[in-house]
Amino acid sequence: MDLTNLTLTELRTALQNGETTSTAVTEAMLNRIIEKDNDIQSYLTLTDELALAQAQAADERRARGEDTPLLGIPLAVKDMICTKGVETTAGSKILEGFVPPYDAFVVRKLREAGAVILGKTNTDEFAMGSSTENSAYVTTRNPWDLSRVPGGSSGGSAAAVAASMAYGALGTDTGGSVRQPAAFCGVVGLRPTYGRISRWGVVAFASTLDQVGPFGRTVADCTAVFQAIAGYDPHDSVSLDVPVPDYEAALTGDIRGLRVGVPREYFVKGIDAEVETAVRAAIDQLAELGAEIVEISLPHTEYALPVYYLIAPAEASANLARYDGIRFGPRVPGVDMIDTVKKTRALFGPEVKRRIMLGTYALSAGYYDEYYGRALRARTLIKQDFLNAFEQVDVIAAPTTPTTAFKIGEIANDPLQMYLQDIFTLSVNLSASCGVSVPCGLDSQGLPIGLQLIGNSLQEATILNAAYTYEQAAGWQNTPGGMKTRP
Amino acid sequence: MSDLSRSDVEKIAHLARLELTEAEKALYQRQLSAILHYAERLNELDLEGVPPTAHAISQQNVMREDVVESLLPMEDVLFNAPQTAQNQFVVQAILDE
Repeated sequence: MDLTNLTLTELRTALQNGETTSTAVTEAMLNRIIEKDNDIQSYLTLTDELALAQAQAADERRARGEDTPLLGIPLAVKDMICTKGVETTAGSKILEGFVPPYDAFVVRKLREAGAVILGKTNTDEFAMGSSTENSAYVTTRNPWDLSRVPGGSSGGSAAAVAASMAYGALGTDTGGSVRQPAAFCGVVGLRPTYGRISRWGVVAFASTLDQVGPFGRTVADCTAVFQAIAGYDPHDSVSLDVPVPDYEAALTGDIRGLRVGVPREYFVKGIDAEVETAVRAAIDQLAELGAEIVEISLPHTEYALPVYYLIAPAEASANLARYDGIRFGPRVPGVDMIDTVKKTRALFGPEVKRRIMLGTYALSAGYYDEYYGRALRARTLIKQDFLNAFEQVDVIAAPTTPTTAFKIGEIANDPLQMYLQDIFTLSVNLSASCGVSVPCGLDSQGLPIGLQLIGNSLQEATILNAAYTYEQAAGWQNTPGGMKTRP
Repeated sequence: MSDLSRSDVEKIAHLARLELTEAEKALYQRQLSAILHYAERLNELDLEGVPPTAHAISQQNVMREDVVESLLPMEDVLFNAPQTAQNQFVVQAILDE
């Protein structure tokens, strides 16, 4: 049995049946990482000794008859998420050497569920990017084609799951940073509803948009990780104190009568023809499975990008004010305190500086109403589009990305082109919807394509079951990577 | 709106406490102007009477009991600081003597 070839849910069954041990699979994962990750560069920090100790502890617990939902299962965590005693950089030189004194809420939940944490995965600096090329440390490569990007900003997590270097992973999604790399890497990625998961201990980027999201090779795998981390936390003031459904039980494989909306504004110029063909074929398959397909309109779609690129940088400029070289991180001495702060903050990379500058301008006296205030009002129209749509339909089906994975360096010098990567994902963040990306085929170059299924607030069970039902029918669920072959 | 000037860029950088090189100033002057021009398509919208959305899901005045929780030990709090003395962060003087 090739242990690295198992899905998370297959591994869970194998562990429960005593067919393998956490120590054996953790060693197999670490060996595969040593073999593959020199090329892919998905991990920034490998916590191999800690992982083996956690695996041994999991095996001892199981030997005593204990079981928890992720007991002994090796996972990866994006380096935006604090891990006690393990360096957490957010992909930035300004946090180089930062060792958090506590675990993020989601990491604590993973530990409580019994998971083994293999290491920290690469990210665009402060999660600002769509390719991981903005990481201050390394550029992660797409396991399907090493000359291409894995997407971003959670590109390290997506690539690690796609290349069987973790059974699942955590990312963060502020404008598409879980769904877009999931689509590029041929795995499943969920952006839960704002407030569904606590951000306590997650490096803040844009606080009205940030959310943690899980990755899996299959919908069931992604759901298992999601189940473990969902829930209320008083430490995050926008965390929702509502019950957590049994998401895994909601994967019934039955979507008869489900109303699926297809927004005409998501099939416009700029979308790759092969992506459109694959997504439309997937929607046809949903119809064959008993869904009712309805054409809908989200009329303010074209304004989501300018709204996002005013609101997110504005919030980032405030959140990132804390990186001043006083309480943590490196300090670059200057002639006085302000000079020290300015020199220290020069450690930010180009995209982070660009967004801090943009956000500072959008919030500055004389421009606040013209930019930030206008964006907040336009956000209301985008949110209303979705509320109107969800009166007609249960799920919205759309492409996750306009193209498949692009070449490393291809658009790195054109920020607007890079921002356009997010046009199909960021409305979900602006509107408090939830969204999942599930693989729906390969293009003629063998690169994965993602189908995005969007649900109303807290309707994760509905979109996950729709994704699961599609995935089962498409027949790719038994092959890691969600595809017929793995990279 | 006209393009940002070099002095606009310098002013924003000062407000944001960022030291920029001359090359960065030129780059951001060009790129930020392009992004702001793109954002001006929001001017096409009639936003008269439309209320702002600050949060996707609005929760207000989330209250909790005022109880003391366990705190991090001082050595953990100071562990990541670049310079400390007597259990405090060391900074340069900001007031004249």
